[in-house]
Amino acid sequence: MTRPTVDLRPTGQPPLPRPRPLAQFFTRPQVIALAAVLLVNWALFPGFFTITWQDGRFFGSLIDVLNRGAPVAILAIGMTMVIATKGVDLSVGAVMAISGAVAATLVTNGVSAPIAVLAALGAGLLCGLWNGILVTLLDIQPIIATLVLMVAGRGLAQLITEGTIVTFSDPVLIFIGTGSFLGLPMPVVIAALLMIAATLIVRRTALGLLIEAVGVNRSAARFAGLRAGTLLLIVYTFAGFCAAIAGLIVAGDIRGADANNAGLWLELDAILAVVIGGTSLMGGRFSIPMAVLGALIIQSMNTGILISGFSPEFNLVVKSAVIIVILVLQSPLSARLFRRLPGAQK
Amino acid sequence: MTDTKPVLEARGIVKIFGQHRALDTVDFTANAGEVHALLGENGAGKSTLIKILTGAYQPEAGELLLDGQPIHLRDPLHGQTYGIGTVYQEVNLLPNRSVSENLFLGRQPTRFGMVDHKRIDALARDLLSRYGLDVDVRAELSEYSVAVQQIVAIARAVELSGKVLVLDEPTASLDRNEVQRLFDVVRGLKAKGLAIIFITHFLDQVFELADRVTILRNGRKVATQALDTLNTTDVVRMMLGKDVAFDHHPTALTGGPKGAVRVAFKGLSRKGLSPFDLAVHEGEVVGVAGLLGSGRTEVARLMFGVDPSDGGQITVDGQPVSIRNPAQAVAAGFGFCPEDRKLDGIFGDLSVRENIIIALQAKLGWLKALNRDDQVELAGRYAEALDIRAADHDMPVKLLSGGNQQKVILARWLAIDPSFLILDEPTRGIDVGAHAEIVRTINRLREEGLALFVISSELDEVVAYSNRIVVMRDREMVAELDGDAIASDAIVQAIAGTATEARP
Amino acid sequence: MNVIKTLALGAGLASLLLSAAYAEGLQGKVIGFSQIGSESGWRAAETSVTKAEAEARGIDLKFADAQQKQENQIKAIRGFIAQGVDAILVAPVVATGWEEVLTEAKEAAIPVVLLDRGIEAPEDLYLTSVASDQVKEGRVAGEWLVGAVGDRQCNIVELQGTVGSSPAINRKQGFEEAIAGKANLTITRSQTGDFTRSKGKEVMEGFIKAEDGGKNICAVYAHNDDMAVGAIQAIKDAGLKPGSDILVVSIDAVPDIFAAMVAGEANATVELTPNMAGPAFDALQAYWDAGTEPPKFIITESKLYTPADDPQGEYDRRKGLGY
Repeated sequence: MTRPTVDLRPTGQPPLPRPRPLAQFFTRPQVIALAAVLLVNWALFPGFFTITWQDGRFFGSLIDVLNRGAPVAILAIGMTMVIATKGVDLSVGAVMAISGAVAATLVTNGVSAPIAVLAALGAGLLCGLWNGILVTLLDIQPIIATLVLMVAGRGLAQLITEGTIVTFSDPVLIFIGTGSFLGLPMPVVIAALLMIAATLIVRRTALGLLIEAVGVNRSAARFAGLRAGTLLLIVYTFAGFCAAIAGLIVAGDIRGADANNAGLWLELDAILAVVIGGTSLMGGRFSIPMAVLGALIIQSMNTGILISGFSPEFNLVVKSAVIIVILVLQSPLSARLFRRLPGAQK
Repeated sequence: MTDTKPVLEARGIVKIFGQHRALDTVDFTANAGEVHALLGENGAGKSTLIKILTGAYQPEAGELLLDGQPIHLRDPLHGQTYGIGTVYQEVNLLPNRSVSENLFLGRQPTRFGMVDHKRIDALARDLLSRYGLDVDVRAELSEYSVAVQQIVAIARAVELSGKVLVLDEPTASLDRNEVQRLFDVVRGLKAKGLAIIFITHFLDQVFELADRVTILRNGRKVATQALDTLNTTDVVRMMLGKDVAFDHHPTALTGGPKGAVRVAFKGLSRKGLSPFDLAVHEGEVVGVAGLLGSGRTEVARLMFGVDPSDGGQITVDGQPVSIRNPAQAVAAGFGFCPEDRKLDGIFGDLSVRENIIIALQAKLGWLKALNRDDQVELAGRYAEALDIRAADHDMPVKLLSGGNQQKVILARWLAIDPSFLILDEPTRGIDVGAHAEIVRTINRLREEGLALFVISSELDEVVAYSNRIVVMRDREMVAELDGDAIASDAIVQAIAGTATEARP
Repeated sequence: MNVIKTLALGAGLASLLLSAAYAEGLQGKVIGFSQIGSESGWRAAETSVTKAEAEARGIDLKFADAQQKQENQIKAIRGFIAQGVDAILVAPVVATGWEEVLTEAKEAAIPVVLLDRGIEAPEDLYLTSVASDQVKEGRVAGEWLVGAVGDRQCNIVELQGTVGSSPAINRKQGFEEAIAGKANLTITRSQTGDFTRSKGKEVMEGFIKAEDGGKNICAVYAHNDDMAVGAIQAIKDAGLKPGSDILVVSIDAVPDIFAAMVAGEANATVELTPNMAGPAFDALQAYWDAGTEPPKFIITESKLYTPADDPQGEYDRRKGLGY
């Protein structure tokens, strides 16, 4: 085959300077927001940063933030990619309930824990695949497609548990929710590993770019020869998988599958975490670590409210006020204002 | 033209994007009762100037005067309150609302707090009749042609503002009759004393409609002159800064030896399109001529697998291939620059670099990621080869001008080392300079052995680069012109259906 | 969701012992029961207890599950009227919108008894309503704690139900009434745990951190057992002993809290009985036999359970009820 190369003059463009990730990282509004929330927590409760070693694990409020933030962080990892494709997955909370219900019901019926865990993860993958099929093959808008499973999924979980909290004492499941590794709670370890793995996979391969391309312009993606449908299937299935992991953690944590409440409204926290992390609901550019950071910001607020001693009627007010501040800080408007500040310009 | 009172004046406008001076001390004056054309190549600063005049951008230096009074525009809405209205090339109204709603959106007459639809519809009918438009104002805007939408947009802009009307490439997607209709509307508004700023890349239209012209080049004003003192060559020279006459006449295209058959389509068909046979050779450009709706875009979509075929075979270099979707087409070495760049072509938020490498990356698969150095090298090579003008290749492609965006898409396909390239209206909505460049590029690609299939509604252009021309009418390939038969007249006859059918 | 949650409070079972004297009176009666659904363990227990009560009395119970929808309940009630049942029991899913269908029942001279909660409708449209007294539940829990700590200084942390829900408001009020005037008992922290086990655990974790690793906490009062079970896990995770280092008192009497009592990790629970049907049947019998108008509100007993009340036995008895 002849090679129709075009007339090539020597390229005049010097190689671009590589971005310096670390310097950029600490000036991100999300990092600054997290630091601010943590400092407020510290002001409200001086022992906030104290971490002690107890019973072979770290113990302290900061550890609680990581541990309690892990389920939403894990949901946010999957949600980030879905949102990057200009979609959204409302069903992840319900999928958490299904996953927990499957695992708990199986172990209480004598099935071995590894099989129960695999079954729960499989259920999550199936749920995600279902969403992906609705979005891709039937071309239903993501918000509607996943709403189906958001509503029906919780009912399904209730059917599995017969409306009760299925309490179990299986050490493996409990370890997933409450165990520790190298002194860190298992949920934190799992979330960290998942974040690193997912980030490496999307950034070391072309998956990240292809997902962003589909999110920016699905039609153009098709014309450019991308298999947009396959990508969407992968992304929704992965979100279901993440939700299943989060469901196992939440069930293991309370040693029981609570189909009514497990993961309830957590899909909204996950979406919020992704948005705080700077991924636009309009799709396109995304960052998994930033979404995880978003989840930690949300959890820092929750933990802060708990230890502050405010009356619970203020919870939502405080939370929404802080979120508004964060979202305003990272809006294009404030970015412009910030650039205009004297000295801010390079 | 009797009244030459300046309405909108810009003095010493400077606009800087990053390191780039988009506008450098530009003066501009729009008089009442005149049509003032604004011309310039890609990136000359036309749209930047317009955005400053309408309030979408704020200049770094310089001032705006309206009727002699300095004004500071915060945004286009604010500009509107001063009487400055704009109609863009891509009509930015609401396609799924009715015509009358579009006309009165945001200022609907109400009755007891409810939108008074009857009154709106009556007002809308009355308003549009003044523009010679008799349409069902209750129907959705999207049901009407771009021309009608354009006039609705003008009517809305004039209603809202009424002093200065900016028309940004209004004729880009209109046919000849529609253009005349639009011009009648513009002439009517001019007679009413509006100052009209007219941006286009059709020089003949400038001479037909405009009174004065301002020409920008590389962010600087070259001249403002009355058009009756100028001819086309003068204008092109000022725009390009060199004597580039657009070469309409093919040289030695016909009769040259053809290479081997690169791609062959045999009996390819789909519902609503007559089955067709077509072979494209190495080093050959097959041009497609035909009116809008003749089925020319459908053929391209079918070839590329955007719409799956009902039957027929495709061979590439003699080997049969299955093309059921664009991914398979890309795997077979096909490339496709679609007609609607914005909708089907560019990834606006992605960088120039990513836009160039995306098809190659899709072809390689997600596991074989092009690393950053490869990407920079590829993007640099093709940007250089096609003369893509971008400050840097990490900037979002949406910030580039239309012509440069088109070149980015072309670069994307060259990057996959294609065997067959389909171009659907590659020069639409692109200014003269980039236009000529793209035509040159097509010729160069042909010389380098590529097989091309190029759709264009500009006959002169098709004649300029095609070895063969396929004429389409009523969703059928009705004629094939080869060699000496290629001439604008012959094509027109074929389109009109008066020529003897050359194809079996 | 709040409606469901309010109704979904776990609860306990009062006496299953039935008085043989009543058995004769309702023999062969046909009674319709429109249940909300089976959204919680307590609800499931209520259904199974109602069926057991009916069977013991020889009642032909027509059961209809409304799956959380009022329209289904209205349909079911109309069906009961058409079948000409002798009486109807309704656990209403919402408080409003009942007048029309209850008027139809009244015109058909079929007495209606409401279970669990009241409705907003004229009182003459139903015979009586059977429900627990949520304020009293809180008071019983508080009184137990007052007795248990004596004169010892005791800082209490409270796990509230869902903010704004009536059980959360009432159970808080009752508890505060009971400890009012006791200077040695103070609620130092109070947060919502949304009636769920996992939030109960999370909030308790926070409390423990904020109160010097839990050393400043003498007792936790949870508005339901599920949150208490979560709190117990948090206390254990912090290296403390629930039941002795920190006293645990809660409401509902679901099986899992008895399991905790067996392990010595919970100290007291107040029962929200799932046996709403028993008192309802009693009232119907008195109404039919002697023409006695029952009071408009029949309050179920709020019985206190402690480890002294055979928790293992209570656990076993409840386990089969569908909790």
